[in-house]
Amino acid sequence: MAQMTMIDAIRDAMRVELARDPSVLVFGEDVGHVGGVFRATEGLQKEFGEQRVFDTPLAESAIGGLAVGLGTQGFRPIAEIQFVGFIYEALDQMFVQAARMRYRSGGRYHAPIVFRTPFGGGVKAAELHTDSLEGLAIQTPGIKVIVPSNPYDAKGLLISAIRDNDPVFFMEHLNLYRAFRAEVPEGEYTVPIGKANVVREGKDVTIIAYGLMVHTAVKAAEELEKNGVSAEVIDLRTLMPLDIDTIVASIQKTNRAIVVQEAQKTSGAAAEIIAQINEKAILHLEAPVLRCAGPDTVYPYAQIEDAWLPTPARIVKTVNQVLQF
Amino acid sequence: MSKVSTEAPEVKTGAQPHVVKSEDVKPLQVLSPEGEVINPEYMPKLSDEQLKEVMYRMVFTRTWDDRAVNLGRQGRLGFYAPVSGQEATMVGSEYALTKEDFVCPGYRDMPQLVWHGLPLYQAFLYSRGHQHGGQIPEGVNVLMPQIIIGAQILHATGIGMGFKLKGEKRVAITYTGDGGSSEGDFYEGLNFAGSFKLPVIYFVQNNGYAITTPYEKQTGAQSIAHKALAAGIRGVQVDGMDVLAVISAVQEAAEIGRNGGGATLIEGLTYRFRPHSMADDATKYRTKDEEQEWNQKDPIVRFGKFLAKKGLWTEEDTARVKEEAKAAVNEHIKKAEQTEKMSISGLIDSMFEHTPPHLEEQKADFQ
Repeated sequence: MAQMTMIDAIRDAMRVELARDPSVLVFGEDVGHVGGVFRATEGLQKEFGEQRVFDTPLAESAIGGLAVGLGTQGFRPIAEIQFVGFIYEALDQMFVQAARMRYRSGGRYHAPIVFRTPFGGGVKAAELHTDSLEGLAIQTPGIKVIVPSNPYDAKGLLISAIRDNDPVFFMEHLNLYRAFRAEVPEGEYTVPIGKANVVREGKDVTIIAYGLMVHTAVKAAEELEKNGVSAEVIDLRTLMPLDIDTIVASIQKTNRAIVVQEAQKTSGAAAEIIAQINEKAILHLEAPVLRCAGPDTVYPYAQIEDAWLPTPARIVKTVNQVLQF
Repeated sequence: MSKVSTEAPEVKTGAQPHVVKSEDVKPLQVLSPEGEVINPEYMPKLSDEQLKEVMYRMVFTRTWDDRAVNLGRQGRLGFYAPVSGQEATMVGSEYALTKEDFVCPGYRDMPQLVWHGLPLYQAFLYSRGHQHGGQIPEGVNVLMPQIIIGAQILHATGIGMGFKLKGEKRVAITYTGDGGSSEGDFYEGLNFAGSFKLPVIYFVQNNGYAITTPYEKQTGAQSIAHKALAAGIRGVQVDGMDVLAVISAVQEAAEIGRNGGGATLIEGLTYRFRPHSMADDATKYRTKDEEQEWNQKDPIVRFGKFLAKKGLWTEEDTARVKEEAKAAVNEHIKKAEQTEKMSISGLIDSMFEHTPPHLEEQKADFQ
């Protein structure tokens, strides 16, 4: 076991897979020689060579298209889009070409690609660096969506994503890259795609979250505990496919739930989660499932970011609304 | 209120070393309109049998196109983009390659796929909107026709990089039209190929129109071949109604690509004798005179004259190939029509390698 930050764990996952499987390639803007703008790929080019880990010209659509083409030739590309807001340039290649490859070809071709991208607020970044665009991806048939919240999950999920024979959109929260260290096993292990994790057990209310909001939710749960409210916190880890069974099992116990997301209220994953709860657990609910989310504005200017993002206090307030319904 | 000047500023002429100069480009021709070899040094090395095979494929493709238009009118085919007039660029460019080379087509490029190995009935299934149309047989090195104009340019770029990384002496060829050269993905693909020196051939079939929009409204560039300059790759212009010139240009580009010399952009000047698609009315934007002028450049007529002079082809040969093509189309359309119907559960299971629980559940809704 080693103590790793999430960025260390992500790098370690790529190192493990580059060493294990010669078809794995890592490429993107500034990922080679320098090792990435966040050092996620630091040292990998030196260790595995320029044929395996390389810089590309600055063009996201071509990065995506390169991955799709290489994917048809037996390679396993890990393509980095430097910041989440730049995926718009690559949407056709990611969400149309890669996501539909298996279906369009009736299984003749597939796209074993991981599109890695940093996202997430609270770091006072420039425009279009931090938007939560997972909602676009989960509405796209054919691509899986993963948002890890800690170093252990990040490594295990990334290894699973690289080995998956279908495309995966792997979103790495900027605010979690170096927020804390945690025990991460050496070598290879996997965390299954599509399985949520109950990070805090409770019996009065279920708080469903992903990414940085898992930590914000845990803080809120600690506040609630002081008032005698026992909150269960679920870290979804994968948004597509969604682990609805873990959510339903929790609601059967707590009978109340909220969904916390950093994305704007009408984007992200919350609405779909609530719809599925309605379909599968309505008779277990004592109150409607509420959302704690950013307002439906453009992602805010850095100066007002902290007020915009869900806080422990806003989560507590939302939980109290469902408790007092 | 200040007045906006509409007059062009005075431009200095004479030697200006900081200004990029563009030289005129002349399309490569091997055959004169009368079928004489006018550029023997570019004559591709083809045996008599191979020359006849090229003609066979062009006549077959023309007949297939005629039949496909009729089948479309009868409702026996769906989406179809006519190809008549472009036989030299389509058949010739594919013929210049080996079966190991990889074809990334646009939506009009079905002939290249079929001559590269896709069974004709699957081409018909693609037109009819059946998934089996996209199930390329193992060993046939093509992708499905691409609807998003420009996306295939990037796939060929990635495939070319795959060949380079594996040290394989293969090239990828991809096709788009004159309109497609205005897309960002077109430039990005060429530029990546220039940067990584990839074995890719970007073939633009410039038929003068993108649906109703003429070339002049796509770009102020002197030619599409000139766009290679911006990416640092070879740019070539070829008479796209001269099949021998097309074969020559593609063979040369492939040779260069296989030997580490990087990518080539080839612009083939051609014309589609029919409308853009079955839903288009070309009489609204083209003149009879223009169509007449291009009809005289018919690639089959020109190549036919060349072969006739060599005693390799007769009118009877053309008639025989037409009959063979009609019979093949009949057989394959029947096979397409008899193909098992698709099911929702089949579609669901083709989304992922392992169908996730939510889709398993949705399958049950359709049973």
